[in-house]
Amino acid sequence: MTDLYQEVILDHSRHPRNRRTMAGCSHAGRSENPACGDEIAVFLAIDDRGVIGDIAFGGRSCAIATASASLMTEVLVGKTPAQAEALFHRFRAIAAGGADAPLDGMEGEAARLTTLAGLRDYPAREKCATLAWHTMLAALQNPKERK
Amino acid sequence: MQAGTSEYGRVGTRYDVEAVRADFPILHRPVRGRPLVYLDTAASAQKPAQVMDAERRFYAEDYANIHRGLYFLSQRATECYDAARRKVASFLNARNDHEIVFTRSATEAINLVAASFGEEFLKEGDEVVITGLEHHSNIVPWQFLRRKKGIVLKVAPLNDRGEVPLDEFTRLLGPRTRLAAFAQVSNALGTILPAAAMIRAAHAAGAKVLIDGSQSVAHMGTDVQALDCDFFVFSGHKLYGPTGIGVLYGKEELLDAMPPYQGGGDMIASVTFDESTFAPLPAKFEAGTPAIAQAVALGAAIDYVTGLGLERIRAHETELLDYALRRLSAVAPLSIIGTAANRTSVISFVIEGVHPHDIAHVLDTSGVAIRAGHHCAQPVMARFGVPATARASFGLYNTLGEVDRLAEALERVEALFLQ
Repeated sequence: MTDLYQEVILDHSRHPRNRRTMAGCSHAGRSENPACGDEIAVFLAIDDRGVIGDIAFGGRSCAIATASASLMTEVLVGKTPAQAEALFHRFRAIAAGGADAPLDGMEGEAARLTTLAGLRDYPAREKCATLAWHTMLAALQNPKERK
Repeated sequence: MQAGTSEYGRVGTRYDVEAVRADFPILHRPVRGRPLVYLDTAASAQKPAQVMDAERRFYAEDYANIHRGLYFLSQRATECYDAARRKVASFLNARNDHEIVFTRSATEAINLVAASFGEEFLKEGDEVVITGLEHHSNIVPWQFLRRKKGIVLKVAPLNDRGEVPLDEFTRLLGPRTRLAAFAQVSNALGTILPAAAMIRAAHAAGAKVLIDGSQSVAHMGTDVQALDCDFFVFSGHKLYGPTGIGVLYGKEELLDAMPPYQGGGDMIASVTFDESTFAPLPAKFEAGTPAIAQAVALGAAIDYVTGLGLERIRAHETELLDYALRRLSAVAPLSIIGTAANRTSVISFVIEGVHPHDIAHVLDTSGVAIRAGHHCAQPVMARFGVPATARASFGLYNTLGEVDRLAEALERVEALFLQ
């Protein structure tokens, strides 16, 4: 077992949560990492209260990117877009170092994200780990027409 | 030729790999707590102390700028630089020293030919033929030329083994073909192309030929006169030499007919504000102060590999390749991409259900350095329907024990992800 590929990460990569398509999503985004050919799509359903009611992802990616996407979908349900962005900054600070953001009571979610803290020793994998998060942020800027 | 004449020669066709490894300081550095197993020589080769010492000694004892000083050190530096050029010419068996142009890399050498040969000899509608195995450095410069001059780029297809069938290549040659440009050995798959036959076919069609020797020069002997190629390029760092130095060989009459690539110092005969005239070969193509110390160290790298003997290096690497193919075939879910009959010691592979980046990462935690990605050959990946592969490549210093370390680490990958 290597320090980065812990049981939690392997579990999320073998059995990703919320890897599915979403009919009637309110926001969607897609991006790829040209260095490895990975691509990830993120679907969000933001409800009338302005909260992420449902989130899913799809695509083809390495174990780190898949596990990171899976973990992300678990911690973002019930969060506002602003909270999602704060958690992204926290995640990036955990995985790669750099500027952080106030957590406002999301310490539990942040603690779950430290599962990927081993990434710090592998800067080449930062793009893998943040691919889903960047895609999620792009999706938030990309609302779909409401039917 | 009688093998076994160098200091490494204990047995006629073998060299003592442990004695060779003693020349490479970095191979004795632990990585992530394990002894390093370096299997990325196709990307860049590690350097023997002889190369590092040559560069250091040149700076310590002989350094000044070349071609201009009337003082002792400048003359001395110029002699060292010229001697390096002679070594390259002899290594490639070029007819003349001035057919050797020092560049920054093989990439720059190809860009030089695309820009300069393209400027002089290619018109709209003229055709350049490459193959489906090319590194991006032998694709993009021709696309630039296509945009600039409207040339047509044709690509010889690969078969399922990752070979370029000669008839498929020959079929693309026509009355408008001006140049065929291809790698002698594929960096992604290790396929050795039938360069001599391809060159004969291209010449029969009236085309010139550029060979990208980046992946061949360190693994087999090169004779540009026997090949009869018109251009041959390689990078020093893949030949156990320093970074920042590359080589363009070109036939004299072609280089003479081609315009300069870059303008600047050293490449002129005289300059006025009205007009400049250009220096003779090879200075015409070496504008600015070149990588002098790196050229000198490349000469030391050539001495190193020729001292070992390319035939013995090839025999050693073939033994590694055969053993590695056997060991990797035993790793159940592993598929080798590229199964050419004639190949160098490069193995590209995928493991169903495990991304190549994850493979490389887990191997790295065992101290085993391989490459994962598209290897600057995205069309090759597309041909085999994979976004990326893992690639292990072997050099003159690798051992059968290191192949075992690779296979063991791959079994760990299998256990981690697939069980």
